[in-house]
Amino acid sequence: MSTPMKHSYESSTTDRVISMAQAIREALAEEMRRDPWVFIMGEDVAEAGTPFKVLKGLVEEFGPQRVIDTPISEAGFTGIAVGAAMTGMRPVVDIMFGDFLTLAMDQIVNQAAKVHYMSGGKWKVPMVIRATMGATLRKAAQHSQSLHAWFAHIPGLKVVIPSTPYDAKGLLKTAIRDDNPVLFFEHKAMYSMRGYVPAEEYTIPFGVADIKREGRDLTIVAIGRMVHVAIEAAQRLAELGIEAEVVDPRTLVPLDRKTLIESARKTGRVIILDEGHQSYGATAELASVITEGAFYYLDAPVIRLGAMDVPVPFSPPLEDLTVPTPERVVEAAKTLCGRV
Amino acid sequence: MMSSSGPKIRAERSVYLTVDGEQWLHMYRQMLRIRRFEEQVNELYVSAKMPGLAHLYIGQEAVAVGVCEALRRDDYITSTHRGHGHCLAKGASMDRMFAELLGKAPGYNRGKGGSMHIADPDTGNLGANAIVAGAVGIATGAAFSAKMRGTDQVVVCFFGEGALGQGVLYEVMNMASLWKLPVIYVCENNLYTEYTPYQEVLAGEILDRPRAFGIHAEAVDGQDVREVYFVAQRLIERARAGEGPAFLLCNTYRYYGHHVGDIDRSYYRSREEEEWWKSERDPIRLLGSWMLQERIADERILEAIDREVRAEVEAALAFALNAPYPDLDEVARHVYANEAQL
Ligand SMILES: Cc1ncc(C[n+]2csc(CCOP(=O)(O)OP(=O)(O)O)c2C)c(N)n1
Ligand SMILES: [Mg+2]
Repeated sequence: MSTPMKHSYESSTTDRVISMAQAIREALAEEMRRDPWVFIMGEDVAEAGTPFKVLKGLVEEFGPQRVIDTPISEAGFTGIAVGAAMTGMRPVVDIMFGDFLTLAMDQIVNQAAKVHYMSGGKWKVPMVIRATMGATLRKAAQHSQSLHAWFAHIPGLKVVIPSTPYDAKGLLKTAIRDDNPVLFFEHKAMYSMRGYVPAEEYTIPFGVADIKREGRDLTIVAIGRMVHVAIEAAQRLAELGIEAEVVDPRTLVPLDRKTLIESARKTGRVIILDEGHQSYGATAELASVITEGAFYYLDAPVIRLGAMDVPVPFSPPLEDLTVPTPERVVEAAKTLCGRV
Repeated sequence: MMSSSGPKIRAERSVYLTVDGEQWLHMYRQMLRIRRFEEQVNELYVSAKMPGLAHLYIGQEAVAVGVCEALRRDDYITSTHRGHGHCLAKGASMDRMFAELLGKAPGYNRGKGGSMHIADPDTGNLGANAIVAGAVGIATGAAFSAKMRGTDQVVVCFFGEGALGQGVLYEVMNMASLWKLPVIYVCENNLYTEYTPYQEVLAGEILDRPRAFGIHAEAVDGQDVREVYFVAQRLIERARAGEGPAFLLCNTYRYYGHHVGDIDRSYYRSREEEEWWKSERDPIRLLGSWMLQERIADERILEAIDREVRAEVEAALAFALNAPYPDLDEVARHVYANEAQL
């Protein structure tokens, strides 16, 4: 994860390398300069700039009226954001650990997601909820979950999971301009990850998957930080003469079915990686989409590698077993390609 | 209502002397055990021997010790992310605590919980909790159960003032009052919710909140273990006698950062403020000097206690450092009760 990655959506001319945290901060600052109704709300977002320091400096530029520290009241401030969004503002809510989304579930699922539909299209809820995700940071079961699949299950919500600083910036700007509630997941272990981000303005449309690496033998669909696990596995597989294609959906809702299916049709073999629990999770949905769209082209059943179906344990040797690793992907790929 | 401010000292003196000197010495030792244990935890973090982070309780020892001293072993507590002090005060042993913090097999929870999730049925510890206000339902439910089962157990629910932001607290306080449940809500106001002064995120008076539900509420100086113990004892016995819940606001201060990695604190509080609490309001020194003054102890006894506690910490740490990690197949165990039936 240390070498910045080039991929199709990057400007070929840029040599500006910044961290994921800075990319997110830039997206927020640019949108707040552009639209006076964009504001940030959450716990310790102002002077502290969040425990991850992602928002450092924003309160200095935009003031405490637009970068608002709240009490520890996730249900309350998420609800306030829904109401503010319905009446002309564009809130960006900060949920420090994605695990705390559970406290705001009614506001997100029963209110934000349904207002537009239930009102027959009369009210809109243009808000973004930024939340962290991800394990392997020794934070134990209540600070390590990846709950994106829950939200992808609910019609009315959009779900974004960037894997690079470039994608994070472009997708967050699109999220803020979207007229729907958008869940935007940031992996805690990726904030310091660096990558190419052009100085000039850009946005990235939702529903467009990105092929992070081209290959002919095997497709690896990967979400968020798992894209980097996939890339590392692909590099090792290349040494064995297996060329893996790495496809990053970038948004789970809307989902770019076409790109996933085309890649599966081309390679005939598919592995899907995710850091959410495997059972009833994102890997299951992506596997069915591919199976339905590429059934006659597949040489083998789609393989899913999600997080183990256990609460995330604290003890390091146990925690490390719970998420997919390049080694496990390589093993699965070799099996798929008949190389064992 | 008691307070530690000046003029009342003489009146208090006789009251506090009704308690056996040995018991004050025990509370002194308990506070010191928390202090020395956590100094070692910080050391483990600084020397990169501990996975993850820990939230130190140092500075607040009088609250956990004063309250737990008034509890029986079969009474229950729930705790928070800043929970080491509550667990130790309720009877946890240091060796298994250290082992848990290091993710080792003999830890209280087989290394699966870590610093924020110590739980121990043997000492009535229903569990520390990493969700702010996450345990208020559990505590109130245990009190409900004690009442339904007809035991005379009492439950203490520890939380920081940040938990006052969570709606679930008001839902359960309402039911606790309606149903006269034997639960004491102990709110430790250490002035900060993470990196934010509490006044910036809290409206009105704290005690008005429980009182709105008809819950008996009092405030104490959380640096004075004598006062905490006396008031807690009264509230706990009241609950045990079936007179319902209470709310105890303990005004206190944490000496270290929000967690061990929070080193630069200048943007939210001053060094002078930290120094003032340490030099003027240290709970261990306050009790120690009072015991010396009342001849409950002499310097020699206090030094001996410190030596013993340091030896206990050293042995417990060695136990944990030498302990093995859990077997790898532990990862998939305990997801469900009665796993053999799956
Ligand atoms: C529901 C929830 N929201 C946010 C957090 C992150 N968080 C952990 S501790 C903390 C501050 C708690 O303040 P307080 O209750 O006063 O306890 P203290 O840390 O001062 O002991 C926050 C916001 C959390 N753990 N749970
Ligand atoms: Mg506090």
